[in-house]
Amino acid sequence: MTAMCDVAFLLLTFFMLATKFKPPEPVVVSTPKSISDIPLPNKDIMLLTVDTKGRIFFAIDNKNMRQQLIESIDYKKQLKLTKEEKAAFTVDASEGIPFSMLKAYLASTPESQMAQEVNAPGIPADTAVLAPNNDLAIWILAARETNPGLRICIKADGKASYPSVQKIIKTLEGYKIFKFNLITDLEPVPAGTPAYQTMHSNDAKQ
Amino acid sequence: MAEMDTSSSGGKQGPGVKKGKKLSTRIDLTPMVDLGFLLITFFMYTTTLAQPKTMEINMPYKDPKLTVEEKNKLKASVALTVLLSKNSRIYYYEGIGDDPNKPPELKSTNRKGIREAIINKIKMVRDMKATGALGVKDETTVLIKPDTTSTYGDMVNMLDEMTIDEVKVYAIVDITDIEQGFIRETEVANGVK
Repeated sequence: MTAMCDVAFLLLTFFMLATKFKPPEPVVVSTPKSISDIPLPNKDIMLLTVDTKGRIFFAIDNKNMRQQLIESIDYKKQLKLTKEEKAAFTVDASEGIPFSMLKAYLASTPESQMAQEVNAPGIPADTAVLAPNNDLAIWILAARETNPGLRICIKADGKASYPSVQKIIKTLEGYKIFKFNLITDLEPVPAGTPAYQTMHSNDAKQ
Repeated sequence: MAEMDTSSSGGKQGPGVKKGKKLSTRIDLTPMVDLGFLLITFFMYTTTLAQPKTMEINMPYKDPKLTVEEKNKLKASVALTVLLSKNSRIYYYEGIGDDPNKPPELKSTNRKGIREAIINKIKMVRDMKATGALGVKDETTVLIKPDTTSTYGDMVNMLDEMTIDEVKVYAIVDITDIEQGFIRETEVANGVK
């Protein structure tokens, strides 16, 4: 009994220290697999989630940044948000609605926000940066202004259609952002391929 | 385990000393252990030990000032154009398909087939470099053109294929109407609906 109890609490301590809570996700996304093993940076990321239906969700991780971001968005789009609505934005994990709906969305309760997120239409985007309905472009611009070092990560479902992702890529290209990250699951390198051979010849050298 | 030693061995002992009533000092630890395990289970479920992996991508730099001749500097002999279509079908052809008089011959394949085609192409370019038909600086170039019917997964798989086959120069390019026409023609010819 004593031994088991000790082990149990040791494990508990380990998990409590090692844990990092999963950030709340607006939608469930199963990313495609790749052999790339670059870990995702811990901070300063802008996450653009695309689900199977091609809906786009926008999120940034830093709370202080979110405060600045909403101020900037409010100014840019003249949304006339109240202080409470701005505060609601700083605690909300991600946005997936057009600007026209943002004020009403932020004014509602967190429970109702969650319910709305499920049926959210996604952030409108277009292949042309300056298209009037390209809300995503405004989000990206405002976020880049508040934090120029922000890394852009696209987390799209493998089944999302290419045109929906293309809209994001084109918008980024419009801002001359040619380098960004795609979030993928890790898979082993297939045997017998050039990458496999290189990997193993490196191993042999070491 | 959780009891204290209360059997007083030292101290006064004798007929005149009254022994205090011995109270049991055992504590039932079961609820605490239960709670411990409950917390372990909770943390095990919520934890994300594995960091998500990412793939870095560099899109080709698009300068509006670039002239048409500069854009078409790519030699047809080093190029392989890959078209991604619906149901993860891949079509490919040699060269860049810029000669209107000689339409490219599309080959239909899947992911396994494209790996072979790319590896063959790399070999071919290497041989041509060895014979001097191509300059030292020429590299195998793969142009990835996802059709509107393809998925994001197809594109990522193709980019991954570039890493797997160690293609150093590749780019995602917009598909042209002509190429979409080629795909339709090939589909009709192969009886794909």
